[in-house]
Amino acid sequence: MASVPAVLNSEWTKIRTVSSTTWTLICAFAVTVAMSAALCALLNATFDDLSEAEQATFDPTLVSFSGTVLGQLAMVVFGVLVVGTEYSSGMIRTSLAAVPQRGTLLFSKITVAGVLALVVGLLTSFVSFFLGQALLGDRGTDLGADNVLRAVVGAGLYMGLIAIFSMGVTAMLRSSMLSLGILVPFFFLISQILIAVPYAKDVARYFPDQAGSKIMQVVPEAMGSDPSPYGPWAGLGIMVAWVVAAVLGGYLVLKNRDA
Amino acid sequence: MIEAVGLTKRYGAKTAVDDLSFQVRPGAVTGFLGPNGSGKSTTMRMILGLDRPTAGHVTIGGHPYRSLPNAPRQVGALLDAKAVHGGRTARAHLLSLAQLAGIPARRVDEVLGVVGLRDVAKRRSSGFSLGMGQRLGIAAALLGDPQVLLFDEPVNGLDPEGIHWVRNLMKTLAAEGRTVFVSSHLMSEMALTADHLIVIGRGRLLSDMSVTDFISANSADFARVRVPENAPQEREKLTSSLIEAGGSVMSEPDGALRVTGLPLPRISDLAHGADVRLWELSPHRASLEEAYMRMTQGVVDYRSTDDAKAGLLEPPQAPYGAYGPYGDAQGGYGAAPGAPGHGQPQPAEAPQQSWYAPPPPGQNPYATPGHAAAPHPAAPEPSPADAAGTKTSEDPR
Repeated sequence: MASVPAVLNSEWTKIRTVSSTTWTLICAFAVTVAMSAALCALLNATFDDLSEAEQATFDPTLVSFSGTVLGQLAMVVFGVLVVGTEYSSGMIRTSLAAVPQRGTLLFSKITVAGVLALVVGLLTSFVSFFLGQALLGDRGTDLGADNVLRAVVGAGLYMGLIAIFSMGVTAMLRSSMLSLGILVPFFFLISQILIAVPYAKDVARYFPDQAGSKIMQVVPEAMGSDPSPYGPWAGLGIMVAWVVAAVLGGYLVLKNRDA
Repeated sequence: MIEAVGLTKRYGAKTAVDDLSFQVRPGAVTGFLGPNGSGKSTTMRMILGLDRPTAGHVTIGGHPYRSLPNAPRQVGALLDAKAVHGGRTARAHLLSLAQLAGIPARRVDEVLGVVGLRDVAKRRSSGFSLGMGQRLGIAAALLGDPQVLLFDEPVNGLDPEGIHWVRNLMKTLAAEGRTVFVSSHLMSEMALTADHLIVIGRGRLLSDMSVTDFISANSADFARVRVPENAPQEREKLTSSLIEAGGSVMSEPDGALRVTGLPLPRISDLAHGADVRLWELSPHRASLEEAYMRMTQGVVDYRSTDDAKAGLLEPPQAPYGAYGPYGDAQGGYGAAPGAPGHGQPQPAEAPQQSWYAPPPPGQNPYATPGHAAAPHPAAPEPSPADAAGTKTSEDPR
């Protein structure tokens, strides 16, 4: 019986010895921070051009996470590759021959990669926040303000959860290409488009990314957005439910199908 | 000890492995032979708990693989040489596997040395050749110093030096009392490496016996006797005196006689006594490769439709010289018997007529009784019934 610490140790070795891990995580960090900073600087310069409603609900915290839309894609790629390369390379058979307890293998892998993604996510959110507030100058806020710390930590959790969700989906689909082909357009296009379409948005706001990103808002109905039927923590809860479902699905597929 | 009982695997309507039962014993190299697509790899995967059998079960040391305590320390397997993340270095790959079983990193460097990859340990495996990939896979199998080793086509892509090394490695591992189970589609390779053979075709057991038994059951010595072509009466005279002396005689299409049951000097003496001139008196031996081909003839799934290059599929290896070039129209009994390697290579000019050799007279366990006991000259035609192996699905033990 391969012990859990042994499998965790092995999965950590697997993650740190491929360069795709480093690159996707650096990418997630750099893209999010850079795009957030750019938007903060832009909004600060063009604040007077914003509509009244937008000015009234200006959310400096949320604005400093605006790069997440793009940065999360790198997190998706990270999550997909961590699980998917086992299948594309055939390594999964070697791994499963060494760890016949399939649940142990999958959950160890997701734990190691998930914790790493969460750490990078938190680092990203804090750096994004401080850089964004510095660029916003007088219009910025600080960690001591109401709900701001919750939003900053939440943004980090969001990034990590996106990666874990992708791992679960990839374990279900057993293919990097297929998973990327579904997840990237979903998060980058479908979800973003549907949330802007009347009626469709009533469904789309329960998508994992839309629900989870509510945690980043400090001002309710920030930037003139629609009121949502759930609060920030409930939104994150909806996202966690998606993540649990995806991971569970991945576990069932791995457990029941031939490798 | 690996034990399969009634092992069956179906993928939809296709039965990949059909009611397979066998035992793989420790202390010997057991060869697992079959044509492509015969179910070897599927069986291997079921042994390792990767695929679930549709019916039956397979155990290692009495346990199903999935419930083995610390499997990597008990069973080492090479399934697919390239089943490695290409972006990881050879050493990192082995290290991640070693950590699973609590094997110290020192052991990783050890096995890298054993398989000769120490110089490229820090290189990413995506740049490895197939042969290097095989060596890495073998290193992974050896990592836990296991008592049971499975190798799926280990010599694929290896150079001659590598093949020689794998051969010796298997023998050494078996000599240490381990269970070594090696799959291959090359009979010639197995004849040199294995002590015991399990042959399957279309997922069914065709043969399960020691190599020595396989040889004696499937390759028969015979003598080819040729008399002057313009003397049919001499031929008949010799035939009757040979039969009288207890030999069995069959005629070959070009007029030569195929004699079994009599030593060469005796045939010569009889010819002399009958006052018959001989143009040829030569010893022959059917090869294992031919016996194997004959056995699996009817169960080959992927057969080329054009036989123009068929000869290429039989690598002419000198130490196993009793097969290969087919010099005569009968197709098959080319080289001389005696010590392997003595067979003088004949130029393979004559096109090979069929995939397999007709059974040697009298001693082919698969031949119909009528053929085997034929007291009069009768050319053994490779009839479809014989070829397709009306009995091949049975265990010839």
